[in-house]
Amino acid sequence: MKEYLNKYKFDFSLIIAFAIFTVYSLLASFQPGIVIVKNNFWEFLKEMILALPVMFILIGLFDVWVSKEKVQKHIGESSGIKGVLLVMLLAFVQAGPLYAAFPVAYILKKKGTSSVNIFIYLSSYTMAKVPMLTFEIGFLGLKFSILRLILSIPVFILIGIIMGKYFDKHKGTINEV
Amino acid sequence: MYYIIIFTAILTLISFIFDKKKTWKGIKKGAKQFINILPTLLSVIILISIVLYFVSDNVLTEYLGAGAGIAAYFSAGIIGAVAVLPGFIAYPLAGILVKSGVALSVIAVFITTLKMVGILTIPIEKKYFGLKVALMRNLLSFAGALLVGIIMALIFNYL
Repeated sequence: MKEYLNKYKFDFSLIIAFAIFTVYSLLASFQPGIVIVKNNFWEFLKEMILALPVMFILIGLFDVWVSKEKVQKHIGESSGIKGVLLVMLLAFVQAGPLYAAFPVAYILKKKGTSSVNIFIYLSSYTMAKVPMLTFEIGFLGLKFSILRLILSIPVFILIGIIMGKYFDKHKGTINEV
Repeated sequence: MYYIIIFTAILTLISFIFDKKKTWKGIKKGAKQFINILPTLLSVIILISIVLYFVSDNVLTEYLGAGAGIAAYFSAGIIGAVAVLPGFIAYPLAGILVKSGVALSVIAVFITTLKMVGILTIPIEKKYFGLKVALMRNLLSFAGALLVGIIMALIFNYL
């Protein structure tokens, strides 16, 4: 516990300061503070509290059930275009902000996914998600969504390939946190 | 969002039926990682909440509107890179911006950097990938978003 507190000294200082700020804002009816806490912080917290524990349970289950051989075969070094399509599909059906994809990237890498596929997964993760697309089409129109997707896919696959190659060349690793 | 929760619940249940011990091990592994990232995550959310307070819709329209010209693309990219907004806030906001005269191609840059580039979430990304890789991924994504927006502008204007 002490080690945990020590490791996140900066984070905990900020959290405590913010907690004091919250209590002060509510007691003194400090308007900007109430907006920051109620409209912004609370909304983000709700999204995060819903998305992340679920994601981490899935990661844990994936870790114990899926073998390295299977992952390597389907999305590993020699998986080719099929591997690319698989990681893109995986990214498209997930929900949550990009930082929820980082732990997934860790577990995929640990199980033998190729670096290029890891970064294509990250690029695709935010490019299009099934639930978000309906939102996008609703507010910005079908033409916008289709055009944005058609242009984004090649650009971000290319970025994935460049990042993956760079990552391998510099012997990069993904940490467990 | 909810379908992911239901999906996870069903999967966990099936996993439990097949192997109780293994399931616990998996959940424990996941929970440990969650607890380890939680403090950083909370402080990032606090910072985002504060930054967001200072950026209003009017400020956005001023920097992204037709009056800003080509600079609007860079502003859109930079605002999108710094801001972290969930989709259910970002899309209605984008809709408002379009109605107040912001070009769709500028919106494309904003939406793309908003999702792909996260200056404020670099503390989290750094923990997983290291600072160098995190910076490079963000930089490349920024360039990619600008490219998408500029091609979109060309298509909207000349087709």
